Amino acid sequence: MTDPAASSFSTPEALKRLKRRRAADVRFRYYGLGAIFLALSALVLLVLSIGSQAVSAATYHVVRYDITLDPAVITPPGETTPEDIARNVDGFWELARDNLLETFPEANRDRASRIEVSEFITRLAVLPTARKVAARPEMVGNPITLTAPLNDDLDLYLKGQALPERRLRTGTITAVTAQEDGFALLEGQGAFTPILTALTTLQAEGVSMDEGSILITAGGATGRLHGIQAGTARLELLTGTLDAFRNSTAAARLIALPEAQRVVSDQQIAWTFALKEMGRISRVPRWTLLTNSDSTYPELAGGLAALVGSLFTMLVTALVAIPIGILAAVYLEEFAPKNRLTDFIEVNINNLAAVPSIVFGLLGAAVYINFLGMPRSAPLVGGLVLALMTFPVVIIASRAALKAVPPSVRSGALAIGASQMQTVFHHVVPLAAPGILTGAILGMARALGETAPLLLIGMVAFVGDVPTSPTDESTVMPVLIFTWANNAERAWEPMTSAMIVVLLAVLLLMNGLVVFLRRKYERRW
Amino acid sequence: MLQQLGHLPMGWLLIALIAVFASVAFFVGRIGAERILLSGAPALHSRPNYHGYFVAMWAIIPAVLVALVYAIGAEPFARGQLTSELPPAFDLLSAPELQTYLDSVSLAARSSDYAGTDLVFTAVTNRYLEIIGGLNIGALALMGVGAVLGLLFARRRLAASFRARSLVERGMEGVLFLCAVVAIATTAGIVISLLYESIQFFSVIPIWEFLFGTRWNAQTEAEFGALPLFFGTFMIALIAMFVAAPIGLFSAIYLSEYAGPKARAWIKPILEILAGIPTVVYGFFALLVVAPAVRSLALWINETLINIGLASEPLLAAQPTSALAAGLVMGIMVIPFVSSLSDDVINAVPQTLRDGAYALGATKSETVRNVVVPAALPGIIAALLLAVSRAIGETMIVVMAAGKSARISMDPTSDLTTITVQIVSLMTGETGFDDPKTLSAFALGLVLFAVTLLFNVIALRVVQKYREKYD
Amino acid sequence: MDSDHTPQAAGSVLAPAADAPPAAAPRIDCRDIKVFYGATQAIHGVSMSFPDRAVTALIGPSGCGKSTFLRCLNRMNDTIENCRVEGQILMDGQDINDHSIDPVLLRSRVGMVFQKPNPFPKSIYDNIAYGPRIHGIATSREDLDAIVEKSLRRAGLWEEVKDRLQAPGTSLSGGQQQRLCIARAIAVRPEVILMDEPCSALDPVATARIEELIDELRKRYCIVIVTHSMQQAARVSQRTAFFHLGNLVEMGETEQIFTNPREKRTEDYITGRFG
Repeated sequence: MTDPAASSFSTPEALKRLKRRRAADVRFRYYGLGAIFLALSALVLLVLSIGSQAVSAATYHVVRYDITLDPAVITPPGETTPEDIARNVDGFWELARDNLLETFPEANRDRASRIEVSEFITRLAVLPTARKVAARPEMVGNPITLTAPLNDDLDLYLKGQALPERRLRTGTITAVTAQEDGFALLEGQGAFTPILTALTTLQAEGVSMDEGSILITAGGATGRLHGIQAGTARLELLTGTLDAFRNSTAAARLIALPEAQRVVSDQQIAWTFALKEMGRISRVPRWTLLTNSDSTYPELAGGLAALVGSLFTMLVTALVAIPIGILAAVYLEEFAPKNRLTDFIEVNINNLAAVPSIVFGLLGAAVYINFLGMPRSAPLVGGLVLALMTFPVVIIASRAALKAVPPSVRSGALAIGASQMQTVFHHVVPLAAPGILTGAILGMARALGETAPLLLIGMVAFVGDVPTSPTDESTVMPVLIFTWANNAERAWEPMTSAMIVVLLAVLLLMNGLVVFLRRKYERRW
Repeated sequence: MLQQLGHLPMGWLLIALIAVFASVAFFVGRIGAERILLSGAPALHSRPNYHGYFVAMWAIIPAVLVALVYAIGAEPFARGQLTSELPPAFDLLSAPELQTYLDSVSLAARSSDYAGTDLVFTAVTNRYLEIIGGLNIGALALMGVGAVLGLLFARRRLAASFRARSLVERGMEGVLFLCAVVAIATTAGIVISLLYESIQFFSVIPIWEFLFGTRWNAQTEAEFGALPLFFGTFMIALIAMFVAAPIGLFSAIYLSEYAGPKARAWIKPILEILAGIPTVVYGFFALLVVAPAVRSLALWINETLINIGLASEPLLAAQPTSALAAGLVMGIMVIPFVSSLSDDVINAVPQTLRDGAYALGATKSETVRNVVVPAALPGIIAALLLAVSRAIGETMIVVMAAGKSARISMDPTSDLTTITVQIVSLMTGETGFDDPKTLSAFALGLVLFAVTLLFNVIALRVVQKYREKYD
Repeated sequence: MDSDHTPQAAGSVLAPAADAPPAAAPRIDCRDIKVFYGATQAIHGVSMSFPDRAVTALIGPSGCGKSTFLRCLNRMNDTIENCRVEGQILMDGQDINDHSIDPVLLRSRVGMVFQKPNPFPKSIYDNIAYGPRIHGIATSREDLDAIVEKSLRRAGLWEEVKDRLQAPGTSLSGGQQQRLCIARAIAVRPEVILMDEPCSALDPVATARIEELIDELRKRYCIVIVTHSMQQAARVSQRTAFFHLGNLVEMGETEQIFTNPREKRTEDYITGRFG
């Protein structure tokens, strides 16, 4: 049997075969590495794509308006109480718009322009100022500085996310001559060659500039270029003075998308740059994301109401699910006799932990709302629905923690004459507490991220006010994310991402707490 | 008067009253026990505190019962009473309309200023508040009487030899038992509510039409053939498993067989992050990144196929939301379900089996493929079943990224709808509960519940069998 | 203590001289083997050799390193993390710990049987056929059938299982499972068979069968057996090595070790004064 030829370590066939097998071995290892790489890169892609969007929403542009609180507008006859002032959003808004009309006289030329300029500031954006003034009515008649968020599309444009555009600088423009048709002739040796080059490149890339705009800006002035040649071009001034272009190198922007298809017009872009040049636009952290409630205007929207709603919902869930879960676990682990009923309870718990969350939503809609007549959209009902989902998780974790307490602790306590109840609650449960607590936190973290069942009990309604009790109409963070993600305007995308980051931060905090507790109290018997 | 009482914050009041009754009764019991001691009894069987607990227990049991009955019964009773008193003109309202009307009445009753707009409405709301007010005062009185009777009954039983502790502990055990029974109650609640509404639905739409019909048009209440939904659910779950099964399984194999303890300590928790991310975040990711990518890939394939002459018209639907996008993201979501359970079962394969293979001269991959994986196969199958059940029941990803058109199409780039998507869109509308539209959501829920339950039961059985084998 | 690695002269009553020349050239020759688990040293420089066609028993109290030493011989210690082996183990004049030696090929020549029977979760047939398949020993189905039958016959299991080759290996009794594992080891045509307390999980009847089998296998293979039972060592082996605390205390003809040990510690152990 022992074939001398086969028994050498290095017969050619054996080695050849071995090489093949070793290669298969290496391949297999790479399959594993590849799988892990794919899973991790999916996670990284998710975090990066959402994170980068969120960063853009973390700051926004606000515009400063120096206005005088004209009593005729702010406190018209018969509307002079502080409540009236706080409600007079239109008056404050008119003052801010008039301030823009003053700054840009050309906006007065027609109705369309007036509408364009009034889009800079949303009516509701003056509400904080109105409230401030209402609190100190003596301010009426005095000049104040009103700061309000810039329109969300222009904000996005300034962040470079609204429109693809190519930026470059012109050569020096030496002569500017106004012409009779309202246009101006710009001249300069080779001043517009860079634009012509860029146009050729764009054409080569298949981008048509036929209906696009070429804007140039110098100082506070911006205009649209036509009939470009290397040394001359015709300028349609949008805002500012022609003088600004004389002896300057202007910043040029090539926007391929036709004006009619955009959310921001050339004129609005021109005004935005003018305001920026005046130092009236600044980019500031968007704290309103956490201090405002939901709004139909992305520049005003925030998650405060949803945060508070989540807090109330979690409070109800915790108060119901954690005690019931722990007590049920104690019963099953320490007291339950081994019989059919206990087995049935166990089967139920294991299955409940795997029932799709939306089924709990149906249960909530049918039992809590339809049968018991509880209010729709309320954190109370949401919390109760989530509690039913969470308590099996708490039971399973608590039972594992109780199981890990060695029997010697029980026999020790029983031996000195403690009753079973005393043994369990004085000795076993305290020892299992860290494990029970981590299980409870993990269950709550899962409940905090849950969306689907809450949709079914009406927590998806638009809620503009911060709820003050668990029975108020309310929404929660994940549902707010869902609602925002469904909104059409582009500006909601970064807002949604930012809200997701807030939610993930809370979840991370909860999980961090779990890791900390485990490290601190981990005990092996 | 009664109308004012209708505004009582009953929730807080009930809880506060129970707390008050409990503490008063506790001290009554404790002081009673101490008196017995002072009166010269040699020793109490139980410490005075237990006498206190015992009396408190007897005081709050009737109070809690009354509170429970009130919480469950007050609103339905008030509505029933109100409906019977409504003037005959209200008979014109259909059931859902009446329901909506009563909803707005009870909503108005909760706020303080409803008066003014509509005289009839105000009158009805006032009457509703009167009924509720009567119930409130009745419940509070009944609670008080019950608590006092319970207290007196318990107080009379105190004696030196009285076994207060045993009785208190038996009572506590009862409470613990009730907590455990909540699990059964929840399951029963799910099954009963789903069945109840589904039976109503099947009395309107025949069950076979629902299960085998191929046209779904629930929004217009015309057609309720759920086959396209089952198909969409199945298709998306299948795509998800195509992603999750190989990645999850190979990750588990790598982690348990190849990775060093250090790499394992890092990679395992990171993979589990995937399970902790809320599904709405996955949905947004699908909408933001994956769906557009799938669409442009599909468009590119269409164009290329036409360019090289393999097709004369676009082959793929390339819709903005697609089954493929939802399936891919769902696959990422269920990776940790596959990997962590598979990892557990692979680790449970005894080392001696591996040693046996190595000793024969098997390479590592041969050992894993031919010995370890076959040995862990039941557990791995259970992991996959649990993941499928997860995928079928998943809601947010498909709601956001899978689309709403109920059709049967093998093209993964077309938008398909699923059971869960339809449940959400049927239940978020403003319709009454007796509508076949709403009822159909419960029928879908019943199917979903039954299917996932089946998968879970099989998986748990398999895992249990497997555990027995290696323990 | 390691002066004893040269083979002893023939003449043992326990080793029938007829079919196996006991003093053949050593099949495996170990020189100064040291094994470390991380920082702790488990084997302290052991040198010994194993003759072909004979059974060598390694005995000693629990934790003395005999199993660890055994696992060096087919490099099974490679699969244990942070385990390090120093020293030379020569087979055919080649050091098996050399980089050029693939442990996979080495293990096909040095088979191993473990403490607990560990049949794969496959049929009886596939359990035996697995080794020949991965090593490409059989070229055809008939070949494989022949190898399976031969191995099972040699392991004395053929008569008991020939009608249910497709039954799972785990359906056999403990003793049968262990013989299945021996057959599985034989099927890859090893030259050396290592046995790590092969009978410790078996009842006396099954143990007796395995011992008979070992005696039978001795005619063809170099067998190294680790055993807890001194009676078993005396029954099945021709040579015996006594390990204590990671050292080889004494090695010699089995009869000599059991009747006339040279070292005090060996005598104490054999007479049951510690262990």
